[in-house]
Amino acid sequence: MRRLILLCGLLLCAMSVSAADYRVSFNQIVEHPALDALRQGVKDELQAQQLKVSYQDHIAQGNIATANLIAKQILGENPDVVVGIATPTAQACAQAIRTIPIVFAAVTDPVGAGLVTSFEKPGGLITGTSDMSPIGRQLELILQFIPKLKTLGVIYNSGEANSVTLVKILKEEAQKRGIAVEEATVSNSAGVTQAAKSLVGRSEAVYIPTDNTVVSAFEAIAQVGYQTKLPIFAADTDSVKRGAVAALAVDYYKMGRQTGEMVARILAGANPGDMPVETLREFQIHLNPGSAAKMGLHVPEALLQKADKIIE
Amino acid sequence: MTYYAFMGALEQGFAYGFLVLGVYLTFRVLDFPDLTVDGSLPLGAAISAVAITAGIDPYVSLLLAMLAGFAAGAVTGILNTRFGILHLLASILTMIALYSINLRVMGRPNMTLLGKATILDPLTNAGIGMFNAAPLLFGLLSFVGLLALLWLLRTAFGLTMQATGANPQMITSQGVATSRVIILTVGLSNSFAALSGALLCQSQGAADVNMGVGTIVAGLASVIVGETLFGGRSIARSLFAALLGSIVYRLAIALALSFKLGQFSITPSDLNLLTALLVVAALTLPGLRRKVLRR
Repeated sequence: MRRLILLCGLLLCAMSVSAADYRVSFNQIVEHPALDALRQGVKDELQAQQLKVSYQDHIAQGNIATANLIAKQILGENPDVVVGIATPTAQACAQAIRTIPIVFAAVTDPVGAGLVTSFEKPGGLITGTSDMSPIGRQLELILQFIPKLKTLGVIYNSGEANSVTLVKILKEEAQKRGIAVEEATVSNSAGVTQAAKSLVGRSEAVYIPTDNTVVSAFEAIAQVGYQTKLPIFAADTDSVKRGAVAALAVDYYKMGRQTGEMVARILAGANPGDMPVETLREFQIHLNPGSAAKMGLHVPEALLQKADKIIE
Repeated sequence: MTYYAFMGALEQGFAYGFLVLGVYLTFRVLDFPDLTVDGSLPLGAAISAVAITAGIDPYVSLLLAMLAGFAAGAVTGILNTRFGILHLLASILTMIALYSINLRVMGRPNMTLLGKATILDPLTNAGIGMFNAAPLLFGLLSFVGLLALLWLLRTAFGLTMQATGANPQMITSQGVATSRVIILTVGLSNSFAALSGALLCQSQGAADVNMGVGTIVAGLASVIVGETLFGGRSIARSLFAALLGSIVYRLAIALALSFKLGQFSITPSDLNLLTALLVVAALTLPGLRRKVLRR
């Protein structure tokens, strides 16, 4: 009995009070520069629209069971809008929360994930932004560096739904351009170096999709690229700083602003089920000439002029 | 902590309850450290999700998941007893192999069950809210599971199982082949883990190949928390304590999620640290209190 009393005592320290007009709760799968930038973008957009919002940030630290517990927690917080960042957390929210509008973000394939019935008409109380990469345009960028590219390597986590979708599209787009795709899969970030090394000699360049596991170990891939003069291309701008030659990419901060705009519309009374799922309107080109030189590439002049950002 | 968060913790505590009973079986009864559960839990989820998507009854999908889990555990047992691979390594090998197998089973890393039939439908159709229905049903199921396990442990086979863990020389000298007992027990333990996975994927709306990460950690933590807080000498009490340990562990996470002291709010990145601290507190406070009272 005494143990029970102690347990109950432990359970009693909680509860918060807030004085804002609106409340928004986040459910994010893992800490990650791109996803954190996205969350910040949502907040900045709502502030730019002069909305007084109080936030509850929850991060599942990579654990799907915790993501589900967080969804229940959010149900109790009873916010005005829930923002689910990345596929598993968005699914957890969609399953647990049926009465509060949900806006998802950074979900590559929301239809495949069962979140919405179609991009045009999501239905229910859910909508959001998809971070589908412009893979065709990304391949064109790589071809500007290596016009005679015949084999392109790709490293991804075969356990990430988004990545599997992206690689499927990559193969289709590559085939159209007469490029063969060599795959190397990992199941955790510890395996990334080995995967990168396995592509040396099998491919002329490597493309890294927006894969949470692989991107978190990007430096390891860049090292292999430097040592073996294997050019590495990224699909997120942040990785260019970390050693990629170039990226034409979704800017996650901007995606956050766009997601924030959707949240604001819902706060103003719009029905999420009628709001089409949005993809990013503009993409950015980031270049890293230093990395390019180390990986044995020369940056074409035309690209230097088009780039949004050049890393020195 | 809100009511929803509390019920959510109960739901997960009971859903993971089967896993914890399974871990108790291998870790405590058989003395066999088994990491296979990190793979067999998502295997159960995968089988259940695929079966439901193919139109099979959700309850039948639970049985299929348990069969698959049993097979996975039996592989670990066979690797250990027939091929002489150290138990820990045998279970690691099965676990990593299951990652690929789970991807094969589903044909993709994440399989959605949103909008599909689940075992919770009869309750939600009767007008019970989702957040009440799941803890209710899972609590009932895990209680039935506990009773079934208790019955099994008291049969001749169950006693052999306990003896195999406690004193393998003695039971071998009685003419019992311990390898068969080990294969069956590890199989049974993993069928429980797979059942947990099947329940979880139905309540959370998707099976994901990464949902097994940290399963054994949660399982062991629950068993030990339960033992320390509620444990006793009888096997019935120990099993019951393991189940309660699972709930305390999930409550600690829910509590860590809603933790606030005045204006000082814990940042989201502190979640795992806080969960660990809460479990430490739950484990040590009763002992400290006793010491203080004695003085």
